[in-house]
Amino acid sequence: MRRESPVVRAQEARVPTGNAGEVPAVTVRGLTKRFPDAVVYDRFDLDIPRGKLVSIFGPNGCGKSTLINMITGLIPIDAGEILFDGKPLRDTKFGYVFQNYREALFPWLRAIDNIDYPLKLMKLPKAERRTRTQRMVASLGVKIDLNRYPYELSGGQQQLVSVMRALVVEPQILFLDEPFSALDYEMTLFMRDQLQRIFVETGTTTVLVSHDLEEAVYLADRILLLSRRPASIADYVRYDAARPRSDATLSQHDFVRVKAHCLEVFQREVRKG
Amino acid sequence: MKPIRLDPYLPIIGVLGLVAVWYLAVWYQIVDPVLLPSPVDTFRALWNGIAGGRLGFDFMRTLERTILATLIAAAIAIPLGIALGSSERVYRSVEFVVDFFRSTPASAMFPLFLVLFGVGDKTKVSVAAFGAALVILFNVAYGVMNARKTRLLAAKVMGASRLRVLTDVMLLESLPQTFVGLRNGVSLALVIVVVAEMFIGSTDGLGQRVFEAQQLFAMPDMYAAIFAAGGLGYGLNLMFLLVERQFVHWSGK
Ligand SMILES: Nc1ncnc2c1ncn2[C@@H]1O[C@H](COP(=O)(O)OP(=O)(O)OP(=O)(O)O)[C@@H](O)[C@H]1O
Ligand SMILES: [Mg+2]
Repeated sequence: MRRESPVVRAQEARVPTGNAGEVPAVTVRGLTKRFPDAVVYDRFDLDIPRGKLVSIFGPNGCGKSTLINMITGLIPIDAGEILFDGKPLRDTKFGYVFQNYREALFPWLRAIDNIDYPLKLMKLPKAERRTRTQRMVASLGVKIDLNRYPYELSGGQQQLVSVMRALVVEPQILFLDEPFSALDYEMTLFMRDQLQRIFVETGTTTVLVSHDLEEAVYLADRILLLSRRPASIADYVRYDAARPRSDATLSQHDFVRVKAHCLEVFQREVRKG
Repeated sequence: MKPIRLDPYLPIIGVLGLVAVWYLAVWYQIVDPVLLPSPVDTFRALWNGIAGGRLGFDFMRTLERTILATLIAAAIAIPLGIALGSSERVYRSVEFVVDFFRSTPASAMFPLFLVLFGVGDKTKVSVAAFGAALVILFNVAYGVMNARKTRLLAAKVMGASRLRVLTDVMLLESLPQTFVGLRNGVSLALVIVVVAEMFIGSTDGLGQRVFEAQQLFAMPDMYAAIFAAGGLGYGLNLMFLLVERQFVHWSGK
């Protein structure tokens, strides 16, 4: 077996074919984005490998949310191109989980109807919507009373409903923007493992923005480290530990080394100021 | 032994206190008895007026006019408010006009409406509708504009068209604020209707009743009509609150 260093230098990572036969799901080329008071991206290139979980980690305000909002078409880009499978993104099905679940779920709908909503938008017949939802709830082993309204659920339960709403359409790619940062620590640990389980079960290409380095590494196949504005790839690190990962993973040599490396890169970027 | 829970009965204390002070004022003749009849006389006048007297009829007339004005106002202002609120630029361009007329006392519009509609019911109802509509319009537009960005993005990323975002998200998001507008609107409509009944050649309604009783120096009748008007205002507000709690169960949560 060929042993690979878990760390891939930025320059190599830029080359899409240089990544051990990974097929990119999303390719970003020459992406440029300016806001009135800041250039957030300037000719930015990125590949997101298919079937992998990529964590994005970077300084505050460097443009992590902006990046996934551009990939999902929520905000326009100034220049460059974003392709999914070599095609424009218009026909791609996304799942998107927002940080602020309180403001992302619809409080006038019961949890079950929140999950049902994207299927309704797809104009699926009622019977099919029901079976799809039930299948997903069963496969996740969710133990929430889905007939409640979101405001009757705990924060973690609400975010789980958001995740289910994003997954029920069987998206080709799932984006999560700091999904657990509004939850308490116990809930965060629980939700991490839920997300890992979902990822292992569905194999959906996943992009996770996290402000917690331990979480970013623990969940990731690749950790994308961004620089300050205008954001560039400071490093695109590999982490290949077997799944499912558990608490024991956190003390393994590989994990500690990758995390230390990421921290070093991050601090170097922040100090550049 | 279970402690008796007094909290639900607290509001009664204020009522009893008011009646007690009133009694004392009458008893010791602190106020001229011609100007302030006793609570008993007043409540008797209220009772007789409502049960079979003219007061009940006047009450219903004022209620009709207020409800009609509010309905007209809502029918015009809610769709218009949604249209204005869903485009920030459209709203900004009419904001000053809306704000200006919202700040204009509706009573200043009486002469204009008199010219337009004559001295009948039409004038009273339309001035009240005009005042209420501006209040409702402002609140609806505000509610639509302040729809949570994340919720709109969530709908958009799930593939909702602009129209679906409007009907499925913005409308519901604006509902709590719409109810605020309706409650304020109905209160304002009542104020305008009562004033109009006093001064614009009216033969019925609570405003006319108060005015006439005062002219005839029938003080118990006058106070009875004032209480009836207060009850009407309070009841309307309560009604909207109850409807709101049914429809907007998520409000404030
Ligand atoms: N709509 C906007 N108008 C103007 N500037 C914006 C807008 N959205 C984002 N920005 C700016 O672009 C930069 C990147 O914002 P973004 O939200 O993507 O950062 P982030 O990496 O997600 O930050 P955080 O860690 O705080 O979540 C920030 O400096 C922000 O001020
Ligand atoms: Mg962000």
